[in-house]
Amino acid sequence: MLLEVKDLHAGIDGKEILKGLNLQVNKGEVHAIMGPNGSGKSTLSKVLAGHPSYQVISGEVLYEGKNLLELEPDERARDGVFMAFQYPVEVPGVSNSQFLRLAYNEKMKHLGTEELDPLEFNDYLKEKAKVVEMSSEFFKRSVNEGFSGGEKKRNEILQMAVLEPKLAILDETDSGLDIDALRIVAEGVNKLRSEDNAIILVTHYQRLLNFIVPDMVHVLAGGKIVKEGGKELALELEEKGYDWVKAATK
Amino acid sequence: MDAFKRFLTARDEPENLRRLREDAFAVFTGMGFPAVKSEDWKYTNVAPLMGLDWKVSEGQPKVPADVDWELLEVFDGGRNGFTALNVAFGEYATLRIAKDTVVDQPIEFNFAAADGTAQFPHLLVIAEAGSKATIVESYESTAKSFTNAAIQIVVEDNANLTHYRVQKESADAFHYGVTEVSVGRGGVYNSTNINLGSALSRHDIELKFRAEGGEAWVDGLYMLNGSQHSDTHSIIDHTVPNCTSHQNYKGVLNDSARAVFNGKVLVRENAHGTDAQQSNKNLLLSNDARVDTKPQLEIFNDDVKCAHGATVGQLEEEELFYLLTRGLPENLARNLLTYGFAEEIINKIGIDSIKSNLDAAVLNRLKVKLEIENI
Repeated sequence: MLLEVKDLHAGIDGKEILKGLNLQVNKGEVHAIMGPNGSGKSTLSKVLAGHPSYQVISGEVLYEGKNLLELEPDERARDGVFMAFQYPVEVPGVSNSQFLRLAYNEKMKHLGTEELDPLEFNDYLKEKAKVVEMSSEFFKRSVNEGFSGGEKKRNEILQMAVLEPKLAILDETDSGLDIDALRIVAEGVNKLRSEDNAIILVTHYQRLLNFIVPDMVHVLAGGKIVKEGGKELALELEEKGYDWVKAATK
Repeated sequence: MDAFKRFLTARDEPENLRRLREDAFAVFTGMGFPAVKSEDWKYTNVAPLMGLDWKVSEGQPKVPADVDWELLEVFDGGRNGFTALNVAFGEYATLRIAKDTVVDQPIEFNFAAADGTAQFPHLLVIAEAGSKATIVESYESTAKSFTNAAIQIVVEDNANLTHYRVQKESADAFHYGVTEVSVGRGGVYNSTNINLGSALSRHDIELKFRAEGGEAWVDGLYMLNGSQHSDTHSIIDHTVPNCTSHQNYKGVLNDSARAVFNGKVLVRENAHGTDAQQSNKNLLLSNDARVDTKPQLEIFNDDVKCAHGATVGQLEEEELFYLLTRGLPENLARNLLTYGFAEEIINKIGIDSIKSNLDAAVLNRLKVKLEIENI
């Protein structure tokens, strides 16, 4: 098993948000975690990525059988955990290609494989950029600075393509996207989907799941998974609304 | 005193220039070096410089000084002891960019003084109407030296002048510099001032709009470590209507370095339609580093668009977390963010050779080696 979350309780500023969450993810699977606002979706993403503002109260997270919670955010990343941000951060003054090459080479160093020089990396990056239909004009621009909402989200998927994570958590990647950008992002994710990795789609809406079809859908409410099923669950949810799940679990 | 007499007799100069020097030297003798009790020099103590015995830089040109008198006469030599001394010992040179001429290649002035010596360059730059050029003024002393520099710039009607000023003298050097600019109708003055060197440095900038429709950028970066001290005082004077000024100064301070930024934007009574933006952001990388920042807006007209702000802080935690989630170790991530912070100013520089040189200097300042090469 790639990821196993057991009875996870976690929160921020002393407030418990996740109240006993369980989740199992295997390689080759795509899981959707759906839930209304405030259900704990973002908290789950941030706890998995290791955001310092979030505290784990109890429970366990095993990644490839190891205790993920013990690792610093950068160690998790080099071990193959990736989170696409809901609100990607702008890093002025640092170009996309400089940043991606540093990140890529840190990972290569960690794996004990060869690092790429700027020219080699540029070729690699060009190839990867096709995944999200990004032109090389974006490579020289500062990371996310002045990017539109859609460009920022595509840039997140480009980073995923470059870093080739084993576990990718896409935190509301569909929010704020128009239909064209959504299609590009979703197609990018589909191209990156493989037997060797797993993807967790965290989303409020079913819309994204028309493009990226999940193997499993989990419904999060009140800090717990309250319902699980196949891809049909998302459609049912869309039709009946979150109140249906909330009512059914009371 | 003797040094000044020797300096004068060694030169065969016309009477008017001699008199100018003598008068300026008398002003200096009267006022001495600035003292910390003066408000303008509150945070910058020049005592360490005064205790030393400086030789006037040897090897001065034997050619007659090239002085544009009309311009030199408006120089405020009595501003302080440094400027008076600069006029007294000034090595004058005039650059005139002819009307409607576009100069593609940057025009470079490099100054370096030897160990124990003082240099007093004084440049007079006139960008005539409709001309376009880039000048580079750089200070590169590698020893314990004293630079006391002045540059006067006139941007005539519809002229466009880009000005890079780079101060990267040795960490033992002392540096004083003044930049006086006047911008004519529709003139554009775009400057970037980089301060990386010197134990103690001070840069005074005074820019005045002389006619409507002028636009100016007065941007800068100071990046200091050890016990370096750098002080920038600037005045941007909107004396006429419909001019635009932008000022973006950034500072990166490590160890026990100290910086002063005092930026005044003056909008006079009749200067309606003024657009003035000013920002000074500082990054403190150590608990002992300190910055005193004072952006000031003095507005005497209602029909203006003005904004200013200053920040002093550490790296943004969200930016840091973002880089960590991409697998960059914390030390590297912090340095990359610091580099990016400084690069926002360096990236303005349109000449590749200067830009890559400064990139390297910025990277050199960071305590971890960052392998960043641009393709």
